[in-house]
Amino acid sequence: MQETEVLEGSEAVAFAVKACRPQVISAYPISPQTHIVEALARMIADGEMDSEYVRVESEFSAASVISGASAAGSRSYTASSSQGLLLMTEVLYASAGMRLPFVITGVNRAISVPISIQVDHQDTISLRDSGVIQFYVESSQEAYDTHIAAFKIAEDPGILLPVSVCMDGWILTHSYERVSFLEQEEVDRFLPPFKPKNFLDVNDPKSWGSYAEEDVLMEFKYSIHRAMQYGKERIKEIFSELATITGRDHGGLIEAYRTRDAEVILVAMGSMVGTIKEAIDKLRSQGQRVGLIKIRCYRPFPFEDILDNIKVAKVVAVMDANFSMGSEGALGMDLKAKLCGRRGAPLVLDCVAGLGGREVNEKRVLEIVERAREVEESGLPLDEPYWAGLRPEILPEGAENDRQGKIG
Amino acid sequence: MIAKEKSGEQELFVSGHRACHGCGMALSVGHILKATGKDVIVVTPTGCLETFTSPYGYSPWRVPWIHHLFENGPSIASGVAAALKAQGRIHVRVLVIGGDGATFDIGFGALSGMLERGDDVLYICVDNGAYMNTGGQRSGASPMYSSTTTDPAGKISPGKSQMKKDLPAIIAAHGAPYVATASVAYLKDLEKKVKKAMEYHGPRYIQIDTPCPSVWGFSPDRTLEIGRLGVQSGLIPIIEMQGGMLTNVLKIKKKIPVEEYLKSQKRFSHLFRDGQHQKEIEKIQALADINIQKYGLLKDVEDKR
Repeated sequence: MQETEVLEGSEAVAFAVKACRPQVISAYPISPQTHIVEALARMIADGEMDSEYVRVESEFSAASVISGASAAGSRSYTASSSQGLLLMTEVLYASAGMRLPFVITGVNRAISVPISIQVDHQDTISLRDSGVIQFYVESSQEAYDTHIAAFKIAEDPGILLPVSVCMDGWILTHSYERVSFLEQEEVDRFLPPFKPKNFLDVNDPKSWGSYAEEDVLMEFKYSIHRAMQYGKERIKEIFSELATITGRDHGGLIEAYRTRDAEVILVAMGSMVGTIKEAIDKLRSQGQRVGLIKIRCYRPFPFEDILDNIKVAKVVAVMDANFSMGSEGALGMDLKAKLCGRRGAPLVLDCVAGLGGREVNEKRVLEIVERAREVEESGLPLDEPYWAGLRPEILPEGAENDRQGKIG
Repeated sequence: MIAKEKSGEQELFVSGHRACHGCGMALSVGHILKATGKDVIVVTPTGCLETFTSPYGYSPWRVPWIHHLFENGPSIASGVAAALKAQGRIHVRVLVIGGDGATFDIGFGALSGMLERGDDVLYICVDNGAYMNTGGQRSGASPMYSSTTTDPAGKISPGKSQMKKDLPAIIAAHGAPYVATASVAYLKDLEKKVKKAMEYHGPRYIQIDTPCPSVWGFSPDRTLEIGRLGVQSGLIPIIEMQGGMLTNVLKIKKKIPVEEYLKSQKRFSHLFRDGQHQKEIEKIQALADINIQKYGLLKDVEDKR
């Protein structure tokens, strides 16, 4: 019987991390991540947990400390948000390149400027090319379970990459939900101690982080991509293995929700997924054939699994809580790149939704579905993404003439 | 780069690396490792040392060695130290060997953090006073009135117009138990200091003056001589601080005027070109004299005079 408690999402993550027995943790404060490392600090101060806890002077060092610890053969962990994750960027590219399998909780928060503590995915999406595996979660329970899987995935000898579990700030980290916990022995059986083949060892000295030229560098990068591609199947196996222990199946790389006969399929990640599911249930009760694909694993990008679930869809509406200035959102780009040229591919409606904490409520989801229906009817894609919930009345004059959200 | 030990002791930094001829840094590394022994993990931030020792597929390092980035040598080392502690590998120690750019400038924040936390790391800065890996740009360690490519001497500029950052003092102020300076021209002293530093726990710092023939502009067979001139002029004080107190200095045998040191290198040649820079030379002499007075570098008899 699993113990169940109502507690803050951050605390649930801290319990998951504790159960994984990291040997080294680094910590630097930034909202809304801080409660996680504070909870871990309390556990250590009370003697409930045995880890080296390094109180660093920046997120750059937070990522560096766990990189050094991981290279020395220790299971390592940190958490960060927003500017902190951007400050880690250079470290994460290097550590993915060195195949260091640590875990980072990426608590999602908008990027300055304007400075804001509100949630969106711009921070972790900015790290998408780094070689770090990225999961996004919908609930505190999924955050708990995914963290336990994350260490096993990172340390898989065929993967050996950093893993980031991304969870929406405040909405998940600071709200109270029911969370069920595994017994420590169950976690220990699922996740044995980290015993890497290569580590900084005085009995078998090796050089790490060499200088490489054009004759080998491309192969190093390709190897990371291969590990990610291999990871797609391995991640699903590890998720299933965990699901048999927890009795909770959150899905594989994606969760397909009511997609089988859906004409319009929404694609989203993170906590907004719960709201979207409710809106879909409502539309379904009105006879509308609408479904949802929740992306659980964003890198590697689970295109095959998405494709399997959008076969009969006419329009796929992507809800990106991020934006590449001068282009469009990341999920939209990824999906269109893979769909391009495929016979019978659905049209893709790019929506920017939830940027900077702009609320994604049922009304907004219904507006997006309505837009998707318009696209379906016209048979033409938008030439500019649709910014859901944009307030044109506070924009500079002339914005009403923008192409934003206009068809064809 | 290091004479083979008759005892048959294994060399830990072997030949075949790609340092320039006469590189002071390369010479110092072999002697550092001779003093530490084999049970060390070496962290090297980006720079000359990383570049000339790590072309993929080759390595002169016979100890585990890691290069990660430019600005995080101290925090990588802190992570390694934390892991060793967590694993109970207490006989293995952590060493950073990094250049002055990594130490004085870009990695300074991380270094300060490492020191403040008291992490068990011996940080060795192989200081050649500029960014040599990229061709000799100004760093916080560049000496006053040296010409560097980003702060060159020109018609209206005498080169770097600021003083070299006094990093040993800053590190001592963090409460580091052992802080020392050394010179590649005094290898016995260097080895002794590394050995002594290894007896301490917590953050320790040794800054080694490592002349660079390629960028300082002197013949590669003069590295040790130039190093000695720097020390004997008082510009490069060789000191030791334990528990924050000055405990030992390398006395100057015969004080030489700074001009002799400056004239030996192209990076100061502008000071002598047109006879217009007497003021700058005097200023540099004053810096040397302050060092001599502050650290008591002259033999007692001369000190009293």
